[in-house]
Amino acid sequence: MLDVFSIVAKRLGFGLITLLVISLIIFIAVELLPGDIAQAVLGQGATESNLAALRAELGLNDPAPMRYFNWLKGAVVGDFGVSLVSKESVTDSITPRFVNTLMLALYAAVIAVPVAISLGVLVALFRNTLFDRIANVLTFTSISSPEFFLGYILILYFSVKTGWFPSIATVSPEMPLFERLERTFLPALTLVLVVVAHMMRMTRAAIINLLASPYIEMAKLKGTPAWKVIVRHALPNSWAPIINVVALNLAYLVTGVVLVEVVFVYPGIGQLLVDAVSKRDFPVVQACSLIFAATFILLNLAADVGSILTNPRLRHPK
Amino acid sequence: MTDHLKREIKEALIRDAKTGSMSRRQFLTYSMAAGMSVSAASGLWTSDVSAATPKQGGKFRIGVHDSNTSDTFDPGTYVSVGQIQLSHTHRSYLTEITPENGLGPDMATEWSATPDAATWTFKLAENATFHDGRKFTAKDAIASLNHHRGESSTSAVKSLLDSVVDIKADGEYTIVIELNQGFADLPWVMTDYHFVMLPAKDDGTIEWESGIGAGPYKIVSHEPGIGTELVKHDGWHREGAYFDEIQFITLNDPNARQTALITGEVDSITSVDLKTMALMQRNPDILVDNIPSGSAITLPMFTDQAPFDNVDVRLALKYAIDRDELVEKIMFGTATAGDDYHVSPGMPYAPTDIERRPYDPDKAAFHLKKAGLSSLDIELSAADSVLPGAVDMCVLYSEQAKKAGINIKPVREANDGYWSDVWLKKPFVFVKWGARPTPDQMFSIAYKDDAPWNESHWQNARFNELLLEAKAELDDTLRAEMYHEMCQLARDDGGTVIPFFANFVYARNKNIGHGEAVSSAWENDGARSAHRWWFAS
Amino acid sequence: MEFLHGWMPAFMVLATIAGVLLAAVAMSWLFRALLVWVLPGEGSKVMRSAPLTASFGLFVIILYALAGIFAPWVAPYGESEVIASSFAPADDKMLLGADQLGRDMFSRVIFGARNTVGIALIATSLAFLMGATAGLIAATRGGWMDQILGRFADVIMSIPSLIFSLLLLSIFGTSAFVLIVIIAVIYAPRVFRLTRAVSGDVVVMDYIEAARLRGEGLWYLIRKEILPNSKAPLIAEFGLEFCFVFLLIAGLSFLGLGIQPPTADWGSMVRDNATLISFGEITPLIPAAAISLLTVAVNFVVDWMLYRSSGLKD
Repeated sequence: MLDVFSIVAKRLGFGLITLLVISLIIFIAVELLPGDIAQAVLGQGATESNLAALRAELGLNDPAPMRYFNWLKGAVVGDFGVSLVSKESVTDSITPRFVNTLMLALYAAVIAVPVAISLGVLVALFRNTLFDRIANVLTFTSISSPEFFLGYILILYFSVKTGWFPSIATVSPEMPLFERLERTFLPALTLVLVVVAHMMRMTRAAIINLLASPYIEMAKLKGTPAWKVIVRHALPNSWAPIINVVALNLAYLVTGVVLVEVVFVYPGIGQLLVDAVSKRDFPVVQACSLIFAATFILLNLAADVGSILTNPRLRHPK
Repeated sequence: MTDHLKREIKEALIRDAKTGSMSRRQFLTYSMAAGMSVSAASGLWTSDVSAATPKQGGKFRIGVHDSNTSDTFDPGTYVSVGQIQLSHTHRSYLTEITPENGLGPDMATEWSATPDAATWTFKLAENATFHDGRKFTAKDAIASLNHHRGESSTSAVKSLLDSVVDIKADGEYTIVIELNQGFADLPWVMTDYHFVMLPAKDDGTIEWESGIGAGPYKIVSHEPGIGTELVKHDGWHREGAYFDEIQFITLNDPNARQTALITGEVDSITSVDLKTMALMQRNPDILVDNIPSGSAITLPMFTDQAPFDNVDVRLALKYAIDRDELVEKIMFGTATAGDDYHVSPGMPYAPTDIERRPYDPDKAAFHLKKAGLSSLDIELSAADSVLPGAVDMCVLYSEQAKKAGINIKPVREANDGYWSDVWLKKPFVFVKWGARPTPDQMFSIAYKDDAPWNESHWQNARFNELLLEAKAELDDTLRAEMYHEMCQLARDDGGTVIPFFANFVYARNKNIGHGEAVSSAWENDGARSAHRWWFAS
Repeated sequence: MEFLHGWMPAFMVLATIAGVLLAAVAMSWLFRALLVWVLPGEGSKVMRSAPLTASFGLFVIILYALAGIFAPWVAPYGESEVIASSFAPADDKMLLGADQLGRDMFSRVIFGARNTVGIALIATSLAFLMGATAGLIAATRGGWMDQILGRFADVIMSIPSLIFSLLLLSIFGTSAFVLIVIIAVIYAPRVFRLTRAVSGDVVVMDYIEAARLRGEGLWYLIRKEILPNSKAPLIAEFGLEFCFVFLLIAGLSFLGLGIQPPTADWGSMVRDNATLISFGEITPLIPAAAISLLTVAVNFVVDWMLYRSSGLKD
């Protein structure tokens, strides 16, 4: 087990370096974007004179490296600065939205992961039967529609036609949990439909891949029932790719939901990031990107640790 | 008394009467004083006034589009629809565009100019207060306007006040604005959504960060890009404001807006997706307002750059566009076809006797030939953030122009950065202009030879001469003649194709009532639905 | 009979679905028979044992490929040709009616096959080429190479794909070439990680150890030992990623960064008319169905290949 801890420590160290590299990439990318924050803020109303005044006020006349290091100095001690556009603390404006994003992701994950893995095991068990085909066609159809379009269809049936759920998912911190779950049911369901297929397919593929292995054949010859072969013998050895895909999808639930937020008017962090990019509001873009990146790194780390723990050969390298 | 002024008085009277601040008898007396006959005034009362009966109370929920997390309270950088809707609700202006599209009082009660129109005096409302109880005085008005002036100002409308030399107080409730040239339209300019009246600090700057204003509703909670809750400001100095509470909810997605209205999550939405407008109108619980506006779509070309420096090429492009088909297919009928001069039919001094140029591919080919060209290959840049369907419109125009041997290649530019990297940078682009109240304002900012936004680089000596003359002219008839000639010049020589003027199309639940006329300045009755509309049931 | 009345529409829908399914089965069967008959020796044998779903998938893929390659001859009208009023209903000239500008929907769907599938195919192949190669190298070589490649992939993957493409497309402009490269760069690390994970499991197997001891080179190990034993999940992944590319393009058009007009692509076609769905109009469903059908078809074939490569006999 000591190995695992040292791997985790090492990976966390690498994670920090990754974050640093990302912050630099994001800074350069925002700098390279055509137009600067002054032009973005003034839009059609920009003239030579008010642009110059705004640039001076925002400190844009400092050289780029200096602005980056000034930001970095603060970020290292946890101060992400103030939004250049709204002058509000970045931490204050991001925190409530990030909590919303996490809650929605958790809501969707709690439904999606168990459903996807059990479905994956079931379709592997009943592979090439009608059940397998139907489950596949349904999940493929659901992931192959753009997610905003899935959202529209769910709104049409569950909100406009039946009135079962509200069409917009406005939430507030003081809202009771049950009401919140009801209000955010449709966006959560959309996300579930988007991610289930991927995880289910990987579970199915990983299990089927192992079914021809000699030890599985052996178990079958011994007369073990098919479901037992899969759950006891195939599944434990298929975890590595499954866990990886689950981690990818969990990360997607946190970082990739901009369109769902827009469709359901959910106050998450994605919309904030898109708005900040379009206004070239560098501190906000930076903070959001780093939060996403950290989420991703941690989930990946968890996936790798999971892979190691579930594969004895990796656990005890020769 | 000029006709213009008469119309304004009539409108002001009807407005006051409608809001219940005037009895029928008073209405008749004032109407006759304004030069109307008894029967005309009495007819006006029955037709226009008694039809509307506002009711007090309720919480009005508005779903707003184009409202962003980066929106701030700084009036100098107002730009989004969300900011415009909110600013007319919690803040106020010196003057306002009335529901009948005339000019009416808001924080200023009356105004007058010297004969050369270079010095203006505004009398301020003496009973107006800010949300925290402070009185509104000349000091505040001056600081509010100065926010948009001077070297260090970051305001987007700095150029509108370029000709202002000084703003002085004359007592506590009067301000005097001195200009270096005649400016007959200054009271109209004061309706621009940037010029809100805010409390002054001791150093002469304004306090805009707090969100305090002197408008009909005060902010209770505000989350940029999510929504705003407001309650009635009891100290508001005017009549109206029938709702007890207002809630703005950001609904940027067109589908989210329409379903929120249909399922009753909101009472009104500021923009309807035109593709589904006809389907929405079939819903018996929903009323769609389709209001012609002065908001033009322009396709400016650099007239100092080949091939657009040849007037025949410009004419070819003007003949090669089928405006009716564009209005039909891009705007689903909710637009007025344009004729390449930037004065909409609803604007003052709009010419009525210029015959609109038809779609004529043969004529276009003829002008192309006259310019010495057998075919023409050009690019036209657009982005859907400027107008939903902008790129589609360019595609359609390209198909129409093919018949005249003109190859227009539509280019979809990024939504992001369109104003800083495409507009005024590329030679032939798609632009949408917000409505400006008068021809002078429109021509001065986008067609004057040295205007920073002269998007077509158009230089026409006669046009510029007329523009200066008309600016300081207080005689309406003479002004109308001058604008007529300028429109003709822009139409035949200018470098801007104007396919159409877009309507504002918004919708409300049928239990929301509003007056017979609604302003065409912005969405939702000139962004003033909060204090002009009411719950009918 | 009155009570039956309400059930009629439901019955009709069920009957239609059953009819479509039956037709699909019959067609797949015929297509398989055709292939068995047409293909020479080995191919014929392979097809004889193929399940109907695989034959259905192959049929759809070939149909799309033909439509895409011969689009200008198959489509009754041009890609951007305006022939009717907005949303004109279907008639004998226009199989699927007209879109918002009055262009023939059927022709646009066919041209969409060419543009969308073409771009998706190139981008995904490029992503797999880069990702899988790097992943195999990382797994086989291990050590610092593994670390560098792994961290590099982490950096790219840690930036959300929509934001990353938004930034890159804003900087480099939206030509088809830039779009393909950006999509490939975004997806390659995902392929890399999967390849690395799967082949990581294989690398620790005894037979690899044996091959190493035999003194086999890197390329031999990858080609002969590791790839054959880890290709199944990769094939499955290809089937899915390929379809995700359509969705990324649709998402980009949501942000105004899609393919240049008047080029028809399915993602943007869904986006353009998406709001109509709230009133039960089917216009946006047509391109969406085109995407779904291809996704299902590709993955049916992928399933079959998985099944064959797993060596299962039941």
